[in-house]
Parts: sequence; structure tokens; C-alpha cells
Amino acid sequence: MLLVDSCRLDFPSLRVKLSWMSDNQRFSTTRWSVRDLTRYVRGIFETDYRLQDLEVEGEVSNLRIPGSGHAYFTLKDAGAELKCVMWKNDVISHRNEMPSNGEKVVARGYIGVYEAQGVYQMYCRSLRPAGLGDLHARFEELKARLLAEGLFAPERKRPIPLRPQVIGIVTGSETAALQDVLNVLRRRYPLARVILSPTPVQGEQAPPRIIAALDALTRSGQCDVIIVVRGGGSLEDLWCFNDERLARAIAASRVPIVSGVGHETDFTLADFAADLRAPTPTAAAELITQFTIDDLRDDIEALRVRLADEFSMSLIERRRRIDMAVMHLTRLSPQRRINDARQRIDELTARGGRAVRSQIMLRHARLNGIVKALGAINPDATLARGYAIVRSPNGDIVRRADDINPGTEVNIRLHHGRLRATVNAVESD
Amino acid sequence: MGENPSFEDALAELEDIVSRLETGDLALEESLSLFERGQTLATLCNQVLDQAELRLEQIGSSPMPLDSTEE
Repeated sequence: MLLVDSCRLDFPSLRVKLSWMSDNQRFSTTRWSVRDLTRYVRGIFETDYRLQDLEVEGEVSNLRIPGSGHAYFTLKDAGAELKCVMWKNDVISHRNEMPSNGEKVVARGYIGVYEAQGVYQMYCRSLRPAGLGDLHARFEELKARLLAEGLFAPERKRPIPLRPQVIGIVTGSETAALQDVLNVLRRRYPLARVILSPTPVQGEQAPPRIIAALDALTRSGQCDVIIVVRGGGSLEDLWCFNDERLARAIAASRVPIVSGVGHETDFTLADFAADLRAPTPTAAAELITQFTIDDLRDDIEALRVRLADEFSMSLIERRRRIDMAVMHLTRLSPQRRINDARQRIDELTARGGRAVRSQIMLRHARLNGIVKALGAINPDATLARGYAIVRSPNGDIVRRADDINPGTEVNIRLHHGRLRATVNAVESD
Repeated sequence: MGENPSFEDALAELEDIVSRLETGDLALEESLSLFERGQTLATLCNQVLDQAELRLEQIGSSPMPLDSTEE
């Protein structure tokens, strides 16, 4: 199947040739041209996905970089050799890091066929020292050592400020990770000031550069928090974040550090040393902006409501106090005493009137009594009952018989009229 | 504090004003002026939030506009 597919897809000339061959011809010994056969073989190589992206470890030999800038070398180990080529652009991107003959390297690239020479060879895109061979084992060893040393201890972790105003970013200046972070910050907390400290985030030389970038930020003394981020990549790509010096620098930072290196499944020593590990750069940006601009809006709205409430409460309290004072004032007012006095006057007036009236009545009664008594001693009434008043010639009322001598003329007053009489005899008691 | 305090200063002052009003014991004139000041600050804070744009600087260089090449 593979063969037929490859013919159909990639080799129209061959397909044409096959189509005019009879079945007999196709399944019996075939005579090929060298060119066709080589192309056919090349098709086999190029359609095997396992050969399209692979790593090969071996020792570099026969390295040549002619004027074209392309690099040609052989990788070999104890049992075999593999011809390799690396195009100029990839050579340039390796700068000073091209291996020299005899060095053990891991090459990454694909396997293809160079028809002109009839050789299969490896087209290398990257080379790195093979010393990193067992990255995982080295990682675990270093991690265990730093862990034992207490570098990752929870009590060493500094708290991440809830609302950092100045955010330091350590990452590559042209990276997608940086854009991801900035997008999150712009959306969640655009009030922040962001200070980028650019650094390469890949390769042998990266760790000291990352440390320097970090150091520049902490020395500026401006950042409330620093995030160290890098987008996803292979274990080798992220390896610089497993650098012991970097882990120590992160642990020693005065400013809290949040790491976000690679993807969720990638754990680097930088992550363990950081105060907080975010699974990705985006997540790192989110973790330092847990208090968002919307939360801030809510806070300010709440403050505004409280402000109005407190003020109106203070007014209400004042009104209450005014009411209280008015009440007190009313109670203490002279008006009330004046009113009291008025009432008392009325009361007294009433009482005075009554007293006067009763006095008058009393006097009337007494007067009547006197008049009656006067009536009782009026001699007329006595005279009316038959008594008489006898007076001597000089007018004195005669009360004793022997005050008068016989023969004396006396005047007798009766109820009606008077008598003039002469006394005949005197009889004493 | 000047006419245009920073956002953080404005927010801190607003919080301070509210808690001072809460404790009471202020002269009427004072609480009235605090109230007015608080309203001004709240408005100011909201304006800052509405107009906020992320400021990006690079260490060792002067501030640069962030959004000039985007959106």
C-alpha cells in the first residue's frame, strides 16, 4: 500500500510508467532507470513519518563548512555512519555552537535521499551536545538535591501581592508568550505598569542571561511581582529553566516571582524555586491579576455607596439630635412657665372671686341677724304687748317705785299715746 | 494632595474618607466637604479605570506605547 500511495502522491512520472505496464510486467523483474529507482527509493523515505522528525545521537566527524555556508559531516557510532547536511540558515542560527569533530551530539532533522549521489542522508535542523543525553535523570538528581537543601520549601515562598501595580516580565521580547501575557494583563488589569526585561529563553547561554534579566528587574526596585515565562517547547528547549544557578537566583529574589514555563505538564526547577508556579505564561499573568479591574470597579462602587450612606446617616443622626434638642428646649422654655403662671392667675382669680362672694354672703347673713336682734330690743314691741314706760318730770325712766314721791306728776308712755298722771302712793317691795 | 492624585492615592483617600465618615464625630461642614471630596474621588477613580491602558516599558529604556502596533 505504502508504495502505491507514494507513487500516486509524489511521482507522477512513475505513475504514468506503471500505468502502461501490464500486470505481468509489474510483478516480474523490472528494469528501472537509475533515476526512477532513486526517486522511488526517495519516495519511500519521504513518506515514512518516523523518518520525518527524529533525533540521532552520534559522534561528529568529517565536518566541513564550504563557502556556501552549508555544513556537511558524518555522524558515527561504534556500528555505523550517517551522512548529514545542515543548511546555511540552520548553521547560522547555531552561531558559535556548532560542534567540532569528535564531539558527541544529538542531531534533529529528517532523513532524505540525495539523488545526485544516490545517498540517503540526514538533513539536520539542530544540533546539541549529547551530554544532555539523559535530561530527565539529571533533572531528577538536581531537583532532589535542591529539595533536600530546602530551596523549594513552602516557608520560603513569598506571598504574591493581590494587586501588583508594577509587574516585571522576564521573557523573550518577540515571543508569543510575551504577547499572551500582555493580552491577559491588558484585559484583566490595564492599570498595571509593565516592565519587560528581555532575555533569550533557550539554549546554553540562556541561564546567565535570564538571571541577569531577573537581576536587572529586582535591582530597579520597582516591581511588586515578577513573572518568568516561556512558551511551550521540547524538554531540551525548556532545559535552561532547569539550570541550578537560575533556580537559586529565583529562590533568592527579593521580589516575589511567578513562573510560567512551557505547558501544564512541564515542571522545571525554576517552577519549583518560584514563589508560585503557573502552568503556562497565560496562567502566570492570570495568577498575578486575580484582583481584576472589574473587582476594582466593584470596590469603588461599594465605596461610593458607603460614602453616600454614611453621609445621609450622619444627616439623619444630626436631625435626630436636632429633634432631641428641640424637645429639651421646649421643656425648658419660659413660655411654658408663662403658660403655667397664666393658668395659676386664672385659678387664683377664680378662687379669689369665690372668697369675696362668700364674704359678702356671710356679711349679709350677719346683717340680717343684727337687724333681727335690733327688732327684738325695740321698746315699741314691748309696749305693744302692754308694757308702759314711766318717766319722772325731768324725763328719767322710773325703774324703782321709791324714786318717786307721792303726788309727783309722771309721764306714762303707752303703745299708743301718753298719759299724764299723779302718783297717789308709793309702795316699796 | 493635589488636584489630580494618582489612582492609588485617590483610592486610598476615598477609603479614608469613608471610614472617617463612618466613625462620625465630624462637624457638619467637614462631613459635607468630605462627602463632596469622596464623590469627586470616586468619579476620578472610575474615569481612570475607564481610560486605563497597560503601560509597557523595557528595562533600561524609556517607556514605549504598547498598543501602537496592535488592534
